[in-house]
Amino acid sequence: MSSAPKKLAGLSAAVGALLGYARADVLPDDRADLLWHSYQGGGISVGGPSLLVRKKFGDHVSLSGNYYTDEITGHVDTISGASVNAMSGASTYKEERKQGSLSIDVLQDKTTYSAGFINSSEPDYKAKTAFASVAESMFGDLTTVSFGVTRGWDKVGERGAPEFSKDADRSNWQVGVSQVLTRNMLLGLNFETTESEGFLNNPYRLVRFSDPTAARGYSSQPEQYPHTRTGNAASAQLKYHLPGRGALAGSFRFYSDTWGIRAQTGDVGYAQPLFRNWVVDAHLRYYRQNQASFYSDLFPYANAQNFMARDRELAAFKSLTPGVGLSWEFHPTRFTWLQKGTVNARFDRLRIRYSDYRDLSDVGAAPGTEPLYVLSANVVQFFISFWY
Amino acid sequence: MNAKISLLCLLALSAATLAPRAHSAADTLRAGAPAPAFALNSSLGKPVNLADLKGQIVLVNFWASWCGPCRKEMPILEQLSKQYKARGVTLVGVNVEPDSAAAANWLKATPVSFPILFDVDSKVSKLYQVEGMPNTVILDRKGTVRYIHRGYQPGAENEYQDQIRALMRE
Amino acid sequence: MSERRRLTRLLVGAAAVATLSACAPIEPWVKPYEREHLAETVMSFNRDPVSATYIEHVYESREGARGATGGVGGGCGCN
Repeated sequence: MSSAPKKLAGLSAAVGALLGYARADVLPDDRADLLWHSYQGGGISVGGPSLLVRKKFGDHVSLSGNYYTDEITGHVDTISGASVNAMSGASTYKEERKQGSLSIDVLQDKTTYSAGFINSSEPDYKAKTAFASVAESMFGDLTTVSFGVTRGWDKVGERGAPEFSKDADRSNWQVGVSQVLTRNMLLGLNFETTESEGFLNNPYRLVRFSDPTAARGYSSQPEQYPHTRTGNAASAQLKYHLPGRGALAGSFRFYSDTWGIRAQTGDVGYAQPLFRNWVVDAHLRYYRQNQASFYSDLFPYANAQNFMARDRELAAFKSLTPGVGLSWEFHPTRFTWLQKGTVNARFDRLRIRYSDYRDLSDVGAAPGTEPLYVLSANVVQFFISFWY
Repeated sequence: MNAKISLLCLLALSAATLAPRAHSAADTLRAGAPAPAFALNSSLGKPVNLADLKGQIVLVNFWASWCGPCRKEMPILEQLSKQYKARGVTLVGVNVEPDSAAAANWLKATPVSFPILFDVDSKVSKLYQVEGMPNTVILDRKGTVRYIHRGYQPGAENEYQDQIRALMRE
Repeated sequence: MSERRRLTRLLVGAAAVATLSACAPIEPWVKPYEREHLAETVMSFNRDPVSATYIEHVYESREGARGATGGVGGGCGCN
């Protein structure tokens, strides 16, 4: 079961991809993509399909729809709750999240207006998101400026407690500029503010505090989060076409929010077309964050602070993720309505080293001396795309 | 605070919309001006000189194999060329790529019957102030620029037909 | 937010507006017919939206940071 912030994350990623990758002076290509995704690591396994279909209607309108599913199988630590310990649990849980979205793009001269809606649903979390944006191409199509807003309304439930229902609302706005620098170089700048309000934590998750009277040396209590969170992110991306056919990509992002989290993300990548129809690419992503101001792996005693969290997502950690991708393009002659297709595979190895989140599966260690948790996960994607 | 920033961004966007589009200093290519002369190597095996086409209505189409709308437009231009060739209308395609190999490959797969000229050093593109891809310039029988089309929108072929017919009536 | 930061942001915004209006006479330095490299798939900010959305979701579910992952524009500048 993923937490409220995780839901937020998933939805903002979806919106980001829908909003941020549009060009302003032409409508996006008609295409359909079918993706099978798989995440395995940290004691959980998440997989499912994602289908994306986009089609122009007339000369000025493009519609796009996406259906996405996550099927989650994991282990729950029966002592401390869902995400306290990834590996030691005896009980297995299964959960499914379904998400559907619809969006429309309208092109007028050099301006594209977009709007859409996303609905995400799982047994104990329902989220609705609406978004709208405007993008305009200028200076001989060298510059594209975009501006977007997002609003979300979430309902947090609790399995086994049907009367439990809390609201969490989200509000984001984004500004982006993309600039052609030279014949071979593109620059993108993005700024985004995210605001959330309401029940922002997880009804199952617990924090732990030192308790000499308890068998394990610690006891648990439910986490307590602030009711608001505001974050700002700013990023820059650069794409450079090398002599020959390859391209380099680099990006950097700064993030900071009112929960005290400061994060930096860096990514470098290289893509190389090979022979006639193949493209191979590799990238390395680095991420680092410090802990939230109210986070602790082990509090000194019960109710030590007004706000308390032991969510891995709010801990201090460093992450390094290498990844590779392979793509093969084909031109089917049998179906004349198909322009081209690609078959793609991607593999990323996500690795996180936590500085202040401990792995509780080592039951012998004294509280606070357990080994620091290291997460390793394999993320595999296989997808087919068609252009028509 | 957020409302103020939102307002500023909206203002910035609208200011950019109202601001005049970038234009070259010497904006000489406009309807009524004589078409700049040029001669380029062509797919016919010999150079094609624009001066030789005087007396014909000429449609000059600037295109590139990497440009989607350009490729979409080609079959339409091919149809126009076949339809009006016998009535004194000549279509000429100017490929703007420095390396003609990609264009040659694409033409092998999608051949056209009108001549393709290769502007490898972009001299003619600069001369005709090509500001968008594709770019179509229609000249009358005297070699004067009459219509300029920037970009390609589905349905533009009707405009081309109307304009060609208007020029034929002169 | 402090008054000074508010003022700075307003000034930055005003400068952006002024720059955009003042820059109109600048001629685009990359012509439409010079954009063959920018039109290539490997130069796209996002080649495969369905895959990018998914991997961003994987990161954001496990990290505290969110946002500013978009890329707009680039490409062939056709039409």
